[in-house]
Formats: sequence, structure tokens, C-alpha cells
Amino acid sequence: MSNRQEKLVVIGNGMAGVRTVEEILKKDPNKYDVTIFGKEPHPNYNRISLSSVLQGDTGIDDIVLNTYEWYEENNITLYTADPVVDIDTTKQTVTSEKNVTISYDKLIIATGSNPFMLPLPGADKEGVIAFRDIEDCETMINASEKYKRAVVIGGGLLGLEAARGLINLNMETDVIHLEEYLMERQLDDTAGTMLREELESQGMRFHMKKQTEQIVGKDRVEGVHFKDGSKLYADLVVMAVGIKPNIGLAQTAGLETNRAIVVNDYLEASASNVYAVGECAEHNGIAYGLVAPLYEQAKVLADQLCNEKSEASYTGSLMYTQLKVSGVDVFSAGDFQSGEGKKAVRVHDEFEGVYKKVMVKDDKVVGSVLFGDTSDSPRLLDMMKKQEDISGMSKAVLLPSEEADSTESPVLSMAPDETICGCNGVSKEAIVQAIEQDGLSSVEEIKKHTNASRSCGGCKPLVADLLQATLGDESSISQVEPLCGCTSLSHEQVQEDIRNRQLTHPREVMNVLGWENEEGCSKCRPAINYYLGVVHPETYEDDDLSRFVNERMHANIQNDGTYSVVPRMYGGVTNSDQLRKIANVADKYDVPMLKLTGGQRIDMLGVNKEDLPNMWSDLDMPSGHAYGKAIRTVKTCVGEDFCRFGTQDSIGLGIAIEKKFERLNTPHKVKMAVSACPRNCAESGIKDIGIVGVEGAWEMYVGGNGGVDLRPGDLLAKVETSDEVLEIISAFLQYYREDAHYLERTSHWVDRVGLEHVRSTIIDNMDNRKYYAEQMEVALENKPADPWESLTHNENKRKELFERKAVELV
Amino acid sequence: MDTLQGKKEIYILDYKDLRANVPREILIGDQSIAIFLTHDGDVHAIENKCPHKGGPLSQGIVSGEYVFCPLHDWKINVIDGKAQAPDEGCVTTYETVIKDGSVYIMY
Repeated sequence: MSNRQEKLVVIGNGMAGVRTVEEILKKDPNKYDVTIFGKEPHPNYNRISLSSVLQGDTGIDDIVLNTYEWYEENNITLYTADPVVDIDTTKQTVTSEKNVTISYDKLIIATGSNPFMLPLPGADKEGVIAFRDIEDCETMINASEKYKRAVVIGGGLLGLEAARGLINLNMETDVIHLEEYLMERQLDDTAGTMLREELESQGMRFHMKKQTEQIVGKDRVEGVHFKDGSKLYADLVVMAVGIKPNIGLAQTAGLETNRAIVVNDYLEASASNVYAVGECAEHNGIAYGLVAPLYEQAKVLADQLCNEKSEASYTGSLMYTQLKVSGVDVFSAGDFQSGEGKKAVRVHDEFEGVYKKVMVKDDKVVGSVLFGDTSDSPRLLDMMKKQEDISGMSKAVLLPSEEADSTESPVLSMAPDETICGCNGVSKEAIVQAIEQDGLSSVEEIKKHTNASRSCGGCKPLVADLLQATLGDESSISQVEPLCGCTSLSHEQVQEDIRNRQLTHPREVMNVLGWENEEGCSKCRPAINYYLGVVHPETYEDDDLSRFVNERMHANIQNDGTYSVVPRMYGGVTNSDQLRKIANVADKYDVPMLKLTGGQRIDMLGVNKEDLPNMWSDLDMPSGHAYGKAIRTVKTCVGEDFCRFGTQDSIGLGIAIEKKFERLNTPHKVKMAVSACPRNCAESGIKDIGIVGVEGAWEMYVGGNGGVDLRPGDLLAKVETSDEVLEIISAFLQYYREDAHYLERTSHWVDRVGLEHVRSTIIDNMDNRKYYAEQMEVALENKPADPWESLTHNENKRKELFERKAVELV
Repeated sequence: MDTLQGKKEIYILDYKDLRANVPREILIGDQSIAIFLTHDGDVHAIENKCPHKGGPLSQGIVSGEYVFCPLHDWKINVIDGKAQAPDEGCVTTYETVIKDGSVYIMY
């Protein structure tokens, strides 16, 4: 390599220019000292995705393709917001608007194109814009905050995307189109009409065969007048009638231009060492306005610039478009209009809104239009590119999705060399290879490694299908869900290691098990703290710093940072003394709301944290643990004491259960209920443990849930005495405490391990039942005292947790 | 004491009263500020208000230099006040000074 790097200057910081630089860096990262000039004040972004920004799907930051760091890492000098204004092809120098002059050994012109503005009277008024760059996007978004009516001139690809975005921005949007049907350059009349009907049903309004005459208004646009005498009011006019290559600079520099800068098969312009790529280049009479050709050109040019003996040449691109306007898939390629010597295969399903047309000439596919279902597009494109002879093929080969099982992804039937990402020219085998060799496991990674789905994103579903097909079942077997981002170990593995390796302290767990993040996070620390407590009930000292705010403060935090206080009322039974105390406390501390909870107690809401300890002390009632991953309540019905249907003492049993298990930590909250008859007034069917009294017996249901995942409890056992009920609750809860993942409700746990498994473990096997019941006794003996009582007497904790220390301004 | 930036050095609490990973809340007028002692012995002060929905950061779980908001688990760096990806935003940070066992805040 020579000592001196050659100087490469790129005019244009857009998709074509930067892609060429990327291709060069891939081939020979040290060959050139690269400088890029760009007109816009942004790094290279994905212009195709501007419509997603406008449609509200992504933010501007999300569409940046190359971050400023990327330029820095690759030692590229970048001038943004500073377009080149002069090229001297003799001295080989360029000069920018801000007067930067540098010399070049090689020059790439990638100035793209400008939107074509109709030279209408009034086109210079405020509020008349194009749809081409981030600034236009921002103008539209800002306009939508102040104004209501938008008119889009042009019913082509860009115009429709702009119109869709404006509708999403809550503007009334009218689309003006000169032709008889939409997107006439990409669609035939059938597909164009279907598209119009679909978009009309989404609220877009069309005015076809209409020619705009002038734009009226004072300073800002107020309306649009048409040749036929009709008018529309408008506060914003978006012109989307086409683009014209940006060639002013090249013309001044004396380069040969036609519609665009004329280049040969090596992308060379008419001066030596000057090249052009992308929308500003014209090859063989064609200036392309789509992304795939521009990337093909970038590849060829990079090879030319890096390899003196390069044989790469550009021979033109097949034109095709994939468009998605709010859920409508449209694809168009090649020569799709009917005509002499051409025959068509057509599928038109008006029920499903699907239309497919494949044009065949001389036994070869020459063009296609797909509407509503574009899954056959990769296959058709491939046939067109390879000019395959289809004389021996059936319709099923042309349009495989018509025959295939509709649930099967089209990627499965694709040949290895078929293209999946048309924009970036990435084949099926290239993606499969990357997945296998680089061990990729997400679409995002595939995008980074292969560029597939990086541009228009239309092939993302195919890439995802291919990823799944490639990894197969292997992925689901080998991939365990890690406990959190700090480790690759699962809940089970951590539980097992704590047991088998006798780990006793959170820091020890994280150290020994190789936590990536040595301090842990808000997900793993509460889990580890819980697991340690279950494994070492007699010795483990609870780490309250690892507890979620509610369990540390022993109250429920509310959306405004205040707390709620729920005293325990065993079995939902209270008395006048308790009610008086609650009423007095509510008055004393100005409690904004008192509410009855679903667990049959009283919630005092909106309490300031500094008032909590005094309130508890005044209440002199035990904590209801309404905030904890713990035993919550035992809801009861009235039962035999008063109810004329009651067959059992539900209140008595409920209170006994609550007194026995209160303050016990569990993987997640545990709600219980006892009903005295199958009318089930205590809703035992949707509780973690629900007891239902029947004549002479108790039925025990487990795994019920009345919350997010509504699930009826499963009948676990039917027993005769309340002692048996207590023993089985002990065994069930202890098994759940030891086996379930932290934050796994009984409903999910029972689903995961299976009711039969639970039954055979603690119901059928008496030894096991005794064992778990005994372990429960140990846990109960070691459970903490009432936290409200102990916190009110702990000065340090009161300061640390509940104080809001007012500081004096001196 | 006035400084060049026009900020005042205000005494907030004794250094010995701080425990690592136990945030404290102080009030300067109506302004609530969360104080953190990290394991390296430094004291950091940030606005006690998560950029998301205003959750009191002084009541979150602290791991190293991060505090997790008690309302929706946003992860905020207590040193520079920045929310961690995928969330975005930041809270005001305040400089602190430790002198003779006392902690001061520049306010």
C-alpha cells in the first residue's frame, strides 16, 4: 500500500453516496481518505422511511442509517448543511457553500434529485411544499397542529404516502390526480381502482382527472383552483408530482448531462476521475428513482474504485416497486401493461381484495402487478431477472401462494439464490448463512449483518419467517428465558444453584453465578432475595433494599407518589371499634379517599409518605399486606351463622386460614376465599386458593385468577375437615413457594407444571404432603413480625424511608 | 456561601447518616431532591421526579449508579441524570460537596 491515501470526495450525503462509501470500506477500508458533503443538516437517513415518520410509525432518529459515530469511527470527514457549489474538473477540486475547498483523486457525485414543483401561479405561497426530506416532514407535522385541510397534488407513490401521513396527523386530506387511476406508472387500471377504493374506505378523498390551475391565498395558501372551474379550500398543499435529478452542479462543471448526469457501464461521468451514482445518474437513457438500482450501482462503483482490474459493470436494473400504504400491499415490476405479443395470467378475488397479474411474453415473465397479497413477489422478480423459460410450468409455479397452504410462509418454497430483500439484493442463502455462521437470533441482528430489511422494510416478515425456519425447534429448546438482563441463567437455574451450592447472600449469588452487572437490577434483586428467603427460612436476613418500593414502605405507591394504607380485617370481618379508629385516622391525616377493596377491607388512599408511621401507630391494627408478594386476604361469605343457605362456617375457617398464613412471603400475591355453599358468594372460583363448602365437605380449588388472565380454579381435592383444609393449603403453598418462579401467579404455575403433577405431589403422596406441610411450619415460625408495628419503633428506618427533610436556605 | 455561578452551598445532612443504596429525600422549598450515596463513597443529587410520569426516584431500588423508578421501572443514572435506553429523558442533577463530614448541595 502506498503511504499516501488517495482522496475520495463524495458530493451528497444520502443513500446512494453513503452506500457506495460503505461498499468501499467493506472492500478496502484503508484505501481512501473520504470526505462527504451534504446539503441537509443530518447524517445519512433512510429517505424511503420518511413516510413512516409522517405516518407516525417511527421517529426521525429511528430512520438514521449512519450515525455521526459511524462517520467518526471510519475516519470520514463530514460536512453537513454545506453543499458543494463548484467543481473544477481540471484542477480536481471542489468548493462548498461555506467555502471549503479540497482536492480529490476520485469524485463521486450523488446529489440525488429534487422534487418537481409545478410552475403554477401561487406555487410560492407559504404552505406549499414538497415531500422529499426531513424538513418537509417537520413542516407537515407542524402544519397539522395549526391547520385542518390538506391537498396533495399527485396520486403516485409519494403522494399517497404523504396523504396517508396527513390523515394520521388528523388533517382532512384531498388527493388530486391528473390520470384516470392511481399510480398509473406502477399499476394497471384494475389494481389502481382497487387501491383507490381501499384508500377511500380509510378516509382519503380523491379527485381524478383533475388539473390544477392555480394556488390562491394571501401570504399563506388558502385554496386550490382547477381547470374545470372547481375549487378546494386548503391550508397546506403538498406537491408530489415527481422528481427531477439534481444536476445543476454537474452542468456548471461542464459534465455531459441529459435528463441526468450521463454515465457509462462503469458509472464514469464525462470527466476523468468523476463518477455519478443514484438518482442523479443516467445510464443507458434511464435515470432510476428507486432504491434497488441505486444500491446495485453503488456495488459496481465500489468495485471499480477499489480494484484496478475490476470487471464489474452496471448493465441496468429491473424496475420494481413495493408499496405499503396503511396495510395495503402493492407490488409492481417490469412491463406490466397488456399489449401486443403479451399474455396475462390473472387472479382476481374481489372477496379478499386480492388481484394478481403476471405478464408473459415469449415464454418469459416480463412484468407483474400484485395487489393485496404480495407474497409471490420474490419468486416473480427472480424469474424476471433470470429470464426463466416458463413454457413447461403451471400456474402454481408462477403464483405459488395460490396453491400453497396459506399458513405456510412463502420463504420455505423459495430457492436458495432467490432474493428476499430486493432493496439490498440479499438472497435467501446469504441470510441463512449469516444466521448459521454468526449465530444470529433476531431480525435486528440480520439487518445489521446482511442489510436485509434495512431499507424499505417490506421484506421483514419474510426475514422473520426465514429466521424461524432456519433455527427451527432448536431455538425453543436451547434458548432459556433468562431471569433478567444481568444473567443468561433462568429462574430454575438460579433457584437450583442457590439450593445446591448453598448460597446465602444476594451479592454472593450474583458473584458466584457470574452476573454481568455486579449490582444486579430491579428484576433480579427482588427475585434473588425471595429465593434466598425460601431456601434459608431460619437464617436468611431479608434485604429490604432489594425490595420493590411497596414492600419496603409497607404501603402501596400511587400514581402521584402518595401511598395507600390497608389494615388487615381477618376474613373481611370488622367491628365498630376498628371503624371508629379508621374514621378518626382518616380525619386526622386528611385522607382524600376511603374505599372498600375487593378483598373485603378498607383502603385509605392518598396518604403522604411522611405520615405513614404515625398513622399506623394511631390505627394500631396489623398491616393488611395489600402491597406485598405475600398472603393478601381471605375473602369469606356470611356462611352458616346468618345465611339461610350456608352449610359451613366459612367465616370461621377464613379467619383461621388468614391468621395462620398472614405475613408469609410468596412468589406473587396470593388471594384466598372461603364460600359456604356452591353459590360461591366469596368468589372462590377465581382465587389462588378457593374453598367451597358443600354438605359435609370442603372443595378446594387452586390456580384461579380474576385478573389479567381470567382463569377458573381447578378442583384439587375434596376433604371433610377444616384441619385437612389447613394442611393441604400448607402443602400447596409451600410447594408453590419452593417451585414457582418469582412473580409467577399460581394460575401460571399450575398451567406450567400441570394440575395432575401438583395433585400427585401433595395430594396422592402423603409423605410429600407431610413434608411440605412441615416445611411450611418452619417458614411460618420464622416469618417477620407485623411490619407496621416494628417500623414505627425503628428510628433509623423512619428517617431513611419516610422522612422528607426540609433544608433551610441560608 | 455564594459561588461564581450564583449558586448557593446549602447544608443538607451529615455524611454518616447516608447509607449506600439507600436514597434520601430532601426538600428545598417546594423542590424535592433525591440524594444517593454510591458504593465508591460519592454523593449524588438529582431531581426527585422521574422524567416519565414524575415518580419519586428516592423510593426506587438502587443498583450501582442507577435507580429504578418505583412507578414504571425506568432506569435513571444518578450521576448524569439520564434515563437509560430504550427510554429517553433526563432529570436535573445537582452538584454536591462533602466538607468536614457534612454534605452540601449547590443550589
